[in-house]
Amino acid sequence: MGIRFILLVNKQGQTRLAQYYEYLTLEERRALEGEIVRKCLARTEQQCSFVEHRNYKIVYRRYASLFFLVGVDNDENELAILEFIHLLVETMDRHFGNVCELDIMFHLEKAHFMLEEMVVNGCIVETSKTNILAPIQLMDRAS
Amino acid sequence: MGSQGGWGQSKEFLDLVKSIGEARSKAEEDRIILREIETLKRRIAEPDVPRRKMKEYLIRLVYVEMLGHDASFGYIHAVKMTHDDSLLLKRTGYLAVTLFLNEDHDLIILIVNTIQKDLRSDNYLVVCAALTAVCKLINEETIPAVLPQVVELLGHSKEAVRKKAVLALHRFYQRAPNSVSHLISNFRKRLCDNDPGVMGATLCPLFDLIKEDINSYKDLVVSFVSILKQVAERRLPKTYDYHQMPAPFIQIKLLKILALLGGGDKQASGHMYTVLGDIFRKVEASSNIGNAVLYECICCVSSIYPSPKLLETAVDATSRFLKSDSHNLKYMGIDALGRLIKINPDIAEEHQLAVIDCLEDPDDTLKRKTFELLYKMTKSSNVEVIVDRMIDYMISINDNHYKTEIASRCVELAEQFAPSNQWFIQTMNKVFEHAGDLVNVRVAHNLMRLIAEGFGEDDEGADSQLRSSAVDSYLHILGEPKLPSVFLQVICWVLGEYGTADGKYSASYILGKLCDVAEAHSTDDTVKAYTTSAIMKICAFEIAVGRKVELLPECQSLIDELSASHSTDLQQRAYELQALLGLDSQAVESVMPLDASCEDIEQIDKNLSFLDSFVIQSIEKGARPYIPENERSGMFNIGNFRSQYQHEASSHSLRFEAYELPKPSPPPTVAQVALPLPTTDLVQMPEQTYPRETHQAANLPSATHASSADFGVKLRLEGVQRKWGRPTYSSPSASSSSSTQKTANGATHLDGGGTASSQTRDSFYDSRRQQAEVSAEKQKLAASLFGASTVKSEKRQPSAHKTPKGISTSTEKPAVKGAISSSEPPKEKTLPSSPPPDLLDLGEPTPASIPSVDPFKQLEGLLGPTSAPSAIDHSSAAGPKAPDLMALYADAPPAGVSSGSLNPALADMYTVNKNSHETANVAAVKKGPNLQDSLQKDATARQVGVTPTGNNPNLFSDLLG
Repeated sequence: MGIRFILLVNKQGQTRLAQYYEYLTLEERRALEGEIVRKCLARTEQQCSFVEHRNYKIVYRRYASLFFLVGVDNDENELAILEFIHLLVETMDRHFGNVCELDIMFHLEKAHFMLEEMVVNGCIVETSKTNILAPIQLMDRAS
Repeated sequence: MGSQGGWGQSKEFLDLVKSIGEARSKAEEDRIILREIETLKRRIAEPDVPRRKMKEYLIRLVYVEMLGHDASFGYIHAVKMTHDDSLLLKRTGYLAVTLFLNEDHDLIILIVNTIQKDLRSDNYLVVCAALTAVCKLINEETIPAVLPQVVELLGHSKEAVRKKAVLALHRFYQRAPNSVSHLISNFRKRLCDNDPGVMGATLCPLFDLIKEDINSYKDLVVSFVSILKQVAERRLPKTYDYHQMPAPFIQIKLLKILALLGGGDKQASGHMYTVLGDIFRKVEASSNIGNAVLYECICCVSSIYPSPKLLETAVDATSRFLKSDSHNLKYMGIDALGRLIKINPDIAEEHQLAVIDCLEDPDDTLKRKTFELLYKMTKSSNVEVIVDRMIDYMISINDNHYKTEIASRCVELAEQFAPSNQWFIQTMNKVFEHAGDLVNVRVAHNLMRLIAEGFGEDDEGADSQLRSSAVDSYLHILGEPKLPSVFLQVICWVLGEYGTADGKYSASYILGKLCDVAEAHSTDDTVKAYTTSAIMKICAFEIAVGRKVELLPECQSLIDELSASHSTDLQQRAYELQALLGLDSQAVESVMPLDASCEDIEQIDKNLSFLDSFVIQSIEKGARPYIPENERSGMFNIGNFRSQYQHEASSHSLRFEAYELPKPSPPPTVAQVALPLPTTDLVQMPEQTYPRETHQAANLPSATHASSADFGVKLRLEGVQRKWGRPTYSSPSASSSSSTQKTANGATHLDGGGTASSQTRDSFYDSRRQQAEVSAEKQKLAASLFGASTVKSEKRQPSAHKTPKGISTSTEKPAVKGAISSSEPPKEKTLPSSPPPDLLDLGEPTPASIPSVDPFKQLEGLLGPTSAPSAIDHSSAAGPKAPDLMALYADAPPAGVSSGSLNPALADMYTVNKNSHETANVAAVKKGPNLQDSLQKDATARQVGVTPTGNNPNLFSDLLG
């Protein structure tokens, strides 16, 4: 399975984007987000960007006020996931131009579309920014 | 696009987003959302909502759910939106549906039709949107509805569609492997798709498939290797590059696959050595992504058939990770080390200080990873230090999940490597005391068995010494205010068996303690049962040696209380105890022999023949004779078992369904004799609805599992008496203190060989405390962890002779000395390379740690003349390379269905990019001198929390706040 969920959370712990690759009920999501956000936000810059939580790991990265958290299985390459987060940010950056928290909030569906191109069935399936953004740009032009 | 939203977004939406963004607390956010839910409920139900407006409502619904509130009232509108003709609206509809619904939701069925229609669309973007939805929404039952179309789309002219079709198929495989088992060959075909995106995506399902069945894919090894080679040689389009690395994510996936395929397979691994060496050499260790690929290479090298040269390179890379200042790299290094020591345990020794640094790091993640490593490298010489550390850590954390894990690891290591039984018991005590409620009950049983069985040698003296020390420690521990239930059970059992054995404690003292336990844990029936049994044993031992037992008043009141308990088990124990107190010493001794928990109970009269006279008497008095169950008026006849049920239902007679068949034993003979047999004699059940209901419930399983039910009945036929006789004897109740534990617990292996007395350990810690200097302490720890050979020999000697403390401290000294001398050289080695800060040192220290780039040169020699030039000169090699590659393909054995077509396809598919590849190289050369600068930039950027894109230093600069 690999990736179990991707969360964007700001430094107040408010969810800005949530994509799960296995089904969890609303209550489970709420509990999980509360737990891991508390765990990750309490960490310092010097500490690892990885946190073990129950039977999986969370790889996270902070960009200004936004935390990107990715829950992965234990046998996943953590450094690669860390760079995947950065690739996601670079992709958003290319699309929005100097992306910020509000961009993601105002265009939540676009951010989701990008993720839909990049991650399917919990696997990273596309890493070329051009390929990721092509359908989104075509859609923008059509409408 | 600015951050103020695009066109077409209403003021309402902008306001909502802003107010959510500005909410300062969860409560405030909840208020906003609750208000929003009310608004949406009203708006969404209005007639003729414009479609664009509806799309906005859907996004607002997504917000509602994302922030933890129920938006189910709007689900149906998301479903409707998927019908829309506009692509954007349709895709938004699909997105909302995938976010709201799981694949088993009732509304899914409404979408299947739309998906089918969209899969046929002329617009490939619509097809892609539908395929994306397929990956999320189609469950096992609906797979057949879309499967033919998905398969057809595998050959679509647009690569984006082919890619999504592959992924949809992958999803089906994940959900229901059997549904697509005949279509697996499609994945092989798509691996040679001439679009690298499709190929990259196909690696995901192939990885899953190979994990399940490695041997069926051995033929693809050559193909995977050649793809990896081409990727590493930058033959993929430049858009796949990431931070100057050619398609790193595809490389990583390929390395994962190769690691699986090469495991323990010398021939398959042989194909990989060259390309792995190439990647090791090419990867730039200064970037995160480079290290990610490097780490994956290490994983691959440690999992395939070992190649000494590659291992050496992997060890070098690992040591660079460990020496880095970055915690992330240290973490990866520890993980990599854990993999490498499986091949060669000696590798760890070189890095002992780095490992200990990580162990003592305040970062919890790093610490845990290091414990994982220690767990992997535990042996009998270092088990004491490691388990002590683990227990200390276990006590310090609150996370129950991890506590359980580390507790069970401690137990496992202690069971496997315990140097002495005494140490084992002390360790177990600690584990139980601090994590008793989290460990498996099996562990408790093992501990009891160990105390009962002793060393397993014929040294009765040592055994009884062990037992009295256990009793001592337990009596001491009982003073603790709060103890886990499982631990109390062990304590009670041991006190019952051995509390008075050595005569140190009087029976009344032990009895008093046991009563205290029962009183303090009045809500825990299991503990009370254990205490009662223990009391019974103590009393029995006293009676057996002819002493009179004076029950303490609290003991008597406990028995009285238990005799009236709601728990029948407790009642029974209490009555048994009372009955036992009335017996004479001889009878008591045969009922409860001393220290007989390990003896087998023999001569069990399974026929209960001693009851014969009682039975005969009863029959003479007019009782009916016992008829075995299966002979009883055909009621339980197997043949018409099911028809019996139906018959029963119509007659509403006995409720047989209450007595499940597989359950053992009707009550013993006496009851059987009196049991009324013919069912027709029974009065009709007054409440008729009940049997009917239960029958219907019971009928379903009986119909489907008819065969298994039959089987159960058959079993019965063969040995009824034995069947119902057994449970009375094998009941696991501890009161019988029977030998059943012995058989039930399975075998645990105790390493009696490495015997280091705990005294040596204590003195070792004492001397450690005196040492003020940190580094010396660390070295000592390192010595005890890694310096296996020296310490081991030192330790064994004193413990064998059971030397007093004074001597053992003196013997400890040479051990430390040896450790220091053994750990000195690596420390000196690390010194020169440590100063450079941050990630910079990754690039720099290479010459320091690797004496001139030799190992690579050696590797080149291994590779032979064909691949050597490629290593030396990149751009010039591009030309001569192509034919070379073709030759490689020609050599490849025909690989089943695919590789015949694969190879030529692969050969020419990426050559188009050769030009771009060359320019890329030029760019790379140009960048050369600036490397230092860019790294510096990287480092500063990292400190402000922004990560390096180089071209975009203002990333996020205009963020909120």
